[in-house]
Amino acid sequence: MSFLELIRFALGAIVAHPMRSVLTSLGVVIGVAAVVMMTSIGLGAQQRVTEAISGLGSNLIIVTPNFQRGPVSQGAGGGFSLRDSDAEAIARQVENVTAVAPLVRGQAQLASDGANWNTQIQGVTPDYLLARDLRVASGRMFDEREGRQGRKVLVVGPTVARELWGDADPVGRRVRVRSVPFEVIGVLESKGQAGFGQDQDDVVLAPLSAVRSRITGRRFRGDAVQTIYVKAADEQSLNQVQDDVTNLLREQHKIRPGDDDDFQTQNMASILEASQAAVGAFTVLLAAVAGVSLVVGGVGIMNIMLVAVTERTREIGLRMAVGAKRSHILIQFALESVSLSLVGGLIGLSLGVLGAFAIARLGDWPAAVPPWAGPLALGFSMVVGLVFGAYPSWRAARLDPIEALRRE
Amino acid sequence: MIEIRDLTKVYLMGDEEVAALAGVSLSIDRGEYVAVIGPSGSGKSTLMNILGGLDRPTTGRYAFDGDDVGNFTDDDLADFRRRRIGFVFQSFQLLPRLSALQNVELPMIYAGLDRGERRARAAELLERVGLGARMSHRPTQLSGGQQQRVAIARSLANRPDLLLADEPTGALDTHTGEEVLRLFEELNADGLTLAIVTHDPDVAAQAGRRVAFRDGHIVSDERGRAA
Repeated sequence: MSFLELIRFALGAIVAHPMRSVLTSLGVVIGVAAVVMMTSIGLGAQQRVTEAISGLGSNLIIVTPNFQRGPVSQGAGGGFSLRDSDAEAIARQVENVTAVAPLVRGQAQLASDGANWNTQIQGVTPDYLLARDLRVASGRMFDEREGRQGRKVLVVGPTVARELWGDADPVGRRVRVRSVPFEVIGVLESKGQAGFGQDQDDVVLAPLSAVRSRITGRRFRGDAVQTIYVKAADEQSLNQVQDDVTNLLREQHKIRPGDDDDFQTQNMASILEASQAAVGAFTVLLAAVAGVSLVVGGVGIMNIMLVAVTERTREIGLRMAVGAKRSHILIQFALESVSLSLVGGLIGLSLGVLGAFAIARLGDWPAAVPPWAGPLALGFSMVVGLVFGAYPSWRAARLDPIEALRRE
Repeated sequence: MIEIRDLTKVYLMGDEEVAALAGVSLSIDRGEYVAVIGPSGSGKSTLMNILGGLDRPTTGRYAFDGDDVGNFTDDDLADFRRRRIGFVFQSFQLLPRLSALQNVELPMIYAGLDRGERRARAAELLERVGLGARMSHRPTQLSGGQQQRVAIARSLANRPDLLLADEPTGALDTHTGEEVLRLFEELNADGLTLAIVTHDPDVAAQAGRRVAFRDGHIVSDERGRAA
């Protein structure tokens, strides 16, 4: 007999009890929908992390002090092992470097024209724009000379501009930062949300020496810096630049061979990789939890298939009497269970995709349905149908035809 | 056609062995109409199950056209039932979801016939048993006599060599029972070999041969129409 006829037997039994079939596959529907939604949300999160991190600037190496190691200096710039001279050395001596940008940052209250705003103030050099892929939308950035002189000028982020002056042009306005008067000379182009609620536009830039002396106070006296951004010329030179910077700084800091660095370097590529791995692991966890409901759905199918085998014992006996082999019975019931599960999987897939888009719309959370969601969902539901249909089908095929025909 | 030698069938009831058949020898020729009679528990149903390939003997030999059915595998037995045997049951055993036509088609699906062939033959058989006008009816829409005639049509689907009927009139009233018996006689007249299990003497009287069972043994074997 043909396989097609066995499929028709299986589908015939399913449509004979439409309500029961729908309820039976509901568990798989929910399981598959949950898995699809979770993986979509996870993939969306991964994309957002990627955007956020690459938004920090491309081909970037971030050098920060290593607080675990290093001379514990009680004096000026306590614990901050990086200095202006380090940044200058990197710019002078390391090849394939496009920009070197030392930075100090602090939190400060800004007041202007009766409005107040608390934001992050970053003391930087003009190269900072290049390192972080930032652009000035109106006005201008301060130049090298103004930077060296520590002129009290500000370039403000769009959020700060909006909060303090609304739609009016901020350029030329006076702002008091911790009571020190500054002049706004430019506005940054918007970089948008960095993801996870962090607003990259809520920042003001000022010359490094101005911030060091006026704003952050004692912490960054002298020439200590908090971070040095080093932008490599391209992706290929990223590792070479990172190695050269490390060697140069060890030399500068007179660290003996075998001793630990008193700073650390991270490149964006490895940060990105690590974050993606973290989000990926989280996604797998979510999907695994959702997968548990898929197993519960499979148990539901097994339950109903066992009921069906009991109910249709006489039918099984009769089929055997008219010439069905045990394998025919086995395949018929296995197909029935797989079909139930597959239909559940299809419905669950559609609901999962719809759900992912609904969450993306309502929750302002990016959801990207992975292209393999479809095949995966259907493959999984097929496996669930097979695994949980196996035992009931085996029971059906093992029935003794005489006993089966006698059953009421 | 059928050769049975020293057939036994022993069941285990708890710890006790019960012999449903205690050494039965019997041969049936092509074209015979045999009634198997005896009280319940006499072993006649067990014999029918073995003859039909639904059960295997414990010891003894069962040859069908020279084939040793006793040594068949499960799959061989399924093939044997499909090709050689037609079953008619007391309780009809029709599948309630299927129409009369689909019920008759069922054995032919397992035989691998294509749809058109199946339909045509099933329709022909239903005409033959006088149900040409009720092919699309479900079993529940048919009377008991009509249901049994559908079952007989089904048993003939794959042109069996032997038709086995277990109390075929047991669930029918006298009148419809007689109709079914008349149908059997016609089939036998056309050359079909029949074996009917019954405890009704009137039914047995129709057959050309009566084999009586008691306690797993054959106690009499008469030929010729009963008076």
